[in-house]
Amino acid sequence: MKTLLSLTATVLFGICASAAAAGDPEKGAKVFKKCKACHAVGDGAKNKVGPQLNNIVGNAAGTVEDYKYSKALAAQADGGLIWDEAALLEFLKKPKAYMPGTKMSFSGLKKESDRENLISYLATFTDTDTLAAAPVEEREVALSEATLSIDGDVAYGEYLASDCQTCHQVSGESDGGVPSIVGWPRVEFVYAMHAYKQKVRPNPVMQMMAGGLGDEEIAALAAYFERLE
Amino acid sequence: MKLTRRAFIGTTAAASLSAPLVNAGGHGRPKVVVIGGGAGGATAARYIAKDSKGEIDVTLVEPSRQYYTCFFSNLYLGGFRSMDSIGHSYGTLAAEYGINIVHDWAVGIDRGAKTVTLAGGSTLNYDRLILSPGIDFIDGSVPGWDVSSQNAMPHAYKAGSQTELLKRQIESMPQGGVYAMVAPPNPYRCPPGPYERVSMVAHLLKQINPTAKILIADPKPKFSKQGLFEEGWQKHYGGMIERIGPDFGGENVSVDAGAMTVTIDGSVEKVDVCNVIPAMKAGRICEIAGITEGNWAPVSAHTMQSRIDENIHVLGDASAQGDMPKSGFSANSQAKVAAMAVRGALTGSKVFPAKFSNTCWSLVDTDDGIKVGATYKATDEKIAKVDGFVSQTGEDAALRKATYEESIGWYAGITSDMFG
Repeated sequence: MKTLLSLTATVLFGICASAAAAGDPEKGAKVFKKCKACHAVGDGAKNKVGPQLNNIVGNAAGTVEDYKYSKALAAQADGGLIWDEAALLEFLKKPKAYMPGTKMSFSGLKKESDRENLISYLATFTDTDTLAAAPVEEREVALSEATLSIDGDVAYGEYLASDCQTCHQVSGESDGGVPSIVGWPRVEFVYAMHAYKQKVRPNPVMQMMAGGLGDEEIAALAAYFERLE
Repeated sequence: MKLTRRAFIGTTAAASLSAPLVNAGGHGRPKVVVIGGGAGGATAARYIAKDSKGEIDVTLVEPSRQYYTCFFSNLYLGGFRSMDSIGHSYGTLAAEYGINIVHDWAVGIDRGAKTVTLAGGSTLNYDRLILSPGIDFIDGSVPGWDVSSQNAMPHAYKAGSQTELLKRQIESMPQGGVYAMVAPPNPYRCPPGPYERVSMVAHLLKQINPTAKILIADPKPKFSKQGLFEEGWQKHYGGMIERIGPDFGGENVSVDAGAMTVTIDGSVEKVDVCNVIPAMKAGRICEIAGITEGNWAPVSAHTMQSRIDENIHVLGDASAQGDMPKSGFSANSQAKVAAMAVRGALTGSKVFPAKFSNTCWSLVDTDDGIKVGATYKATDEKIAKVDGFVSQTGEDAALRKATYEESIGWYAGITSDMFG
């Protein structure tokens, strides 16, 4: 199966490379800043809230190792979805319209040139043998090793989480402007909550909710939500 | 017996054995009866059943088989939601959470015997009772109006057939006709609700009856998110909406449902639709239980226990708790604190300090959402506000659209938190 997939990818790569040429990778690198809260790309990139994006352009959807995809994406992947430029152009315009049920909580890139630039940037990370180095990871906020290494109390997290679940569905489904927070890697959850707490991320509801939580409480929530499926 | 119930619960449970046990199928499991299947009651029932993992026998008493949420019912008036999309059944709570759902009215409570009598004649025993009945109206608060006038002059402040009736009346208004609202005095359910309703009615009229007028008689000098609503009304519905506050007699209002008139400070207005939202009080079962002081049921902020009877918890609109607004979000938040306290008392499970939060979103026009919210803590005196925010006037269209989309996400979230 794996051989088949990489074969498909190789065949398609030729087509994609030419199509992606419509965009400017340097401009695309700037567009990618909108994606960085959830996605990493480059040598050594790891899954965050979303999967790492090396080799995404031209590849079969839903194939990044150790990433738990939404049911919607998994179903389309089973149906043979290939992330060629045409598919990515449509998907990135309005992800939830292209794929109802996706857990990617991103409203989309309206400008076609932004999408073309972004895809051409991502296409530079397609040849795994000569992968460009991952851009230096810039977190939104600086957190101490002590804060990051708190071993959150899952039971306490479960109680605190009831406050989150008025808006964020425990099933992992999401509607409207409220993202799923189920199954996020612990460290990503901690960074996101501290970014709201320090008012680096803008949403006032989340700034208020995070503002009322201490480091231990954020760690407890992170531990609880990471375990949820 | 594997349960680790606190001693005083054991004592009272034993004492109640002398009372007739009509609903004796619980095999000794502690019993919780919840009255009212809205944002407070459904959430409390679900959390107790879910987190006690079968150790507590939960019965939910709710007359409606299909529950229509008050929140988002204004969006139905505006044409943004269908009635079906705000209707919910109790099937999942029964099938997946093992909650005993009883579609009946609670008509009596014997606090000594710890029993609830239903209109159908049966009796339920409880170790803990949770009352989440919402609101009822105060007779005579708007002279000329009582519940027998609610077909001519709907309140539409309990969602369902009243909301549908109000919408049909608005759709049938003559061109250039008048929709009047008699707004309620504080405190009442959903502080921005009447003003979101005005916005949604204006949105509907702008399309089908653009020369119609909206007249609000308001006993309050100011109201929730006032600057934001007034900014939106000017922007989207300029000249359509007139509000008469108490400085011009807005608190001195009577109606005549036969003549379809509203009299404001002696001046008689002939209107085509009259939406009377009377003054409110706790749902009547709280009075029947004898746990009200004035119009509401006072509670401890730490557990939502009645100040008058520690075996009863009161949630949401019916409770007098302090700083939280009477909203579905508040009731849902309070329900989780009460559920934890009830489990702690009946099964000895761990009890964490109470925390509360609320956010109220309102829709002013298409993709123009606004919000206000706060977090709260429990003090010995009351639920006390800690921190809050409110949307700002002059926000850009993208932010307002994001706020509306957030409210859609919240609706899906809270209803799945209530009904499973």
